Amino acid sequence: MSSTSTDHMDAPSDGIMRAADGTPLKKSLARALRREKLRSFLLILPLLAFIILSFLMPIADMLFRSVENGIVKETIPQTVALLKTWDPTTGEAPGEEVFAAFHEDFVKAYKDKSHTRLGLRLNYDEPGMSGLFRKTGRKVAKMEPPYKDAFIKVDKDWGKVETWAVIKRASPVLTDGYFLSALDAKRTSNGIEMLPEKERIYLFLFKRTMILSIVITVSCLLLGYPIAYLLANLPLRTSNMLMILVLLPFWTSLLVRTSAWKVLLQQQGVINDFLVWIGVIDDANRLIMINNQTGTIIAMTHILLPFMILPLFSVMKTISPSYVRAAKSLGANDWTAFWRVYFPQSVPGIGAGAILVFILSIGYYITPELVGGTSGIFISNRIAYHISTSLNWGLAAALGTILLALVMLLFYVYDKIVGIDNVKLG
Amino acid sequence: MSENRGAAVRYESVQKSYDGENLVVKDLNLDIARGEFLTMLGPSGSGKTTCLMMLAGFEPATHGEIFLNDRPINNVPPHKRGIGMVFQNYALFPHMSVAENLAFPLQVRGMDKSEQQAKVKRALEMVELGTFGSRRPAQLSGGQQQRVAVARALVFDPELVLMDEPLGALDKQLREQMQYEIKHIHDNLGVTIVYVTHDQTEALTMSDRVAVFNDGVIQQLSSPDALYESPQNSFVAQFIGENNKLNGRVTAVDGSECVVEVPGGISLKADAVNISGVGSKTTLSLRPERVELQPEKEMDNMIDGKVEELIYLGDHIRVRMNVAGNREFVVKVRNRGERRQIAEGDTVKIGWAASDCKALDAVA
Repeated sequence: MSSTSTDHMDAPSDGIMRAADGTPLKKSLARALRREKLRSFLLILPLLAFIILSFLMPIADMLFRSVENGIVKETIPQTVALLKTWDPTTGEAPGEEVFAAFHEDFVKAYKDKSHTRLGLRLNYDEPGMSGLFRKTGRKVAKMEPPYKDAFIKVDKDWGKVETWAVIKRASPVLTDGYFLSALDAKRTSNGIEMLPEKERIYLFLFKRTMILSIVITVSCLLLGYPIAYLLANLPLRTSNMLMILVLLPFWTSLLVRTSAWKVLLQQQGVINDFLVWIGVIDDANRLIMINNQTGTIIAMTHILLPFMILPLFSVMKTISPSYVRAAKSLGANDWTAFWRVYFPQSVPGIGAGAILVFILSIGYYITPELVGGTSGIFISNRIAYHISTSLNWGLAAALGTILLALVMLLFYVYDKIVGIDNVKLG
Repeated sequence: MSENRGAAVRYESVQKSYDGENLVVKDLNLDIARGEFLTMLGPSGSGKTTCLMMLAGFEPATHGEIFLNDRPINNVPPHKRGIGMVFQNYALFPHMSVAENLAFPLQVRGMDKSEQQAKVKRALEMVELGTFGSRRPAQLSGGQQQRVAVARALVFDPELVLMDEPLGALDKQLREQMQYEIKHIHDNLGVTIVYVTHDQTEALTMSDRVAVFNDGVIQQLSSPDALYESPQNSFVAQFIGENNKLNGRVTAVDGSECVVEVPGGISLKADAVNISGVGSKTTLSLRPERVELQPEKEMDNMIDGKVEELIYLGDHIRVRMNVAGNREFVVKVRNRGERRQIAEGDTVKIGWAASDCKALDAVA
């Protein structure tokens, strides 16, 4: 062996390990692994691109939409600029100068019909604005100066301070208005106020979504635990058979399963007929089990049950039967052996199943829509309503953002309490 | 059954079948004395573990009765039998610390806290793990887990402890060390131990008596030395230690001795242990270390063998020979330092005493 090669083996005086050619070992290693890293990156690239396009970007867009408010400034730019100097607390409507600018903006907006969109946007803040804009739009072309009087002639609301205050409050490019609506609040001239008790809807829906999701998760756990235990402890042949039965719902369309519940649960349905037939209930008092919360809970528990059973099963499969035997040989009766020895070891499965079912159910849409009636719908149904019917995408985005934040918060709390490392899916 | 009173454990014509077609255990009768170290030894599938599980209460006997201190226990659930058990993979509860594991049997018995702590401490000291109480089982080495498992099986002072291949997962050196430790614990505490293993060295080292299982039947039940020195049948001779077998036919019987003709027309004298009379087939069993190579004095049996292979093993040399048509005939020659003048291909004389050669039941 030459002396030079042994020199490189020793840690040199500067404390950096070097490869045989004198380059630092770390650099050498990184170079050697570069090809490998590049290869792995190229392998995941298509999926990464797909996820960015179809998942991350829509989420980012949704988050932005919940505060985005360019429409007012874009449609009536001159008016917005002049309103900056107007102070609504003086109790006087803006002067002729503002009305002139507003007229000019309005004529332009009327030409490309964007005034109705603006009216719709302002209507979220103050009901009646949409109608006001449409009505004014029809007459704005024939207006003669002085414009203030002309506008007030069309509708005396234009002379009111509140109308202009609403426009001024809605002028910034970013707004918290959607979030306030999503939390049943609104901004008035006196600052942020909660809506009157009977107009509050979203907080109530959030609460109901949470409670129903918890109920669904718990009932999935209660029904799924014994089944998972059975599956994990039966001989392989039998358990494979039963496993197919557990997976069977996955092979059936979600709509079909939900509709099947409609057939079963309705008042003239199979279950009610049967109960009447065996005389448990009489014909006049048929149970109402559909188009309410009961329907949502029953149908969703059924649909989400496999998501509880599978993680439970995979964890229970790893618990050796010798633990329970050991407990019994040490003097524990069946219950103590289960509760002190088996159950604690199955907790990671409960954690995984519970979080899976809860997060799935909190954002569930189709089933509550079909069997939930009015008392069994979730916040997601309201989001869908704003996306496809009321077209208030900003509010839908704000509701979605709150839902997302809520799930992440729960995830964090869960991590603190149970520990995400304890969650096992297989 | 009065002569059997006082046995710690008694199996009385116990049978076990899992599928209703095959018997895994066929008519087992076995008495285990108080304070005895009894090993059930046998290949896998021989029924030894099933016997242990029936005693522990995890498998019901299909027929027959098992007695614990003269009390029938077929209908006693496992947790009321008060039997300590060490499992194959220890079965230490992973979510409890070592001390909690040891306290578990005491807690379920409703012992008060201070007494629990004292007992746990004593048990940990017994297995020399005094400072490991707060650790989790996963933080211990295999040998330490093994000791905790033993301590847990003993902490509630059972009279009977069952061990199901407890050393199977350890490496060779640790296994030997643990064999001695378990043996010492047995000697010190005077508990009855029923030990299941497929490792004959383990069985011979530790036991007072060994029950050799095969095919659901105890083939032989005797002390380790008797098992090796005087096997009762070919299975035991093959299973315990190394063994040369020569198939032949009995030509004469004279008291406890017989003459057997093996292929090549050679007549050999042997100890008649398990033969059915003149004319019957038999298998001769002969330990490799009892064969003399080039004997200096006259011996009962002297025949020629051709050296096929020499393997140097340090303390002894294995000589594989072709003797009476058996090419797997092995002679162990102690390494005494003198150079032997034998080479592969030589034909040399070998000899052995008739009493070292057992005529047993014929095997194919």
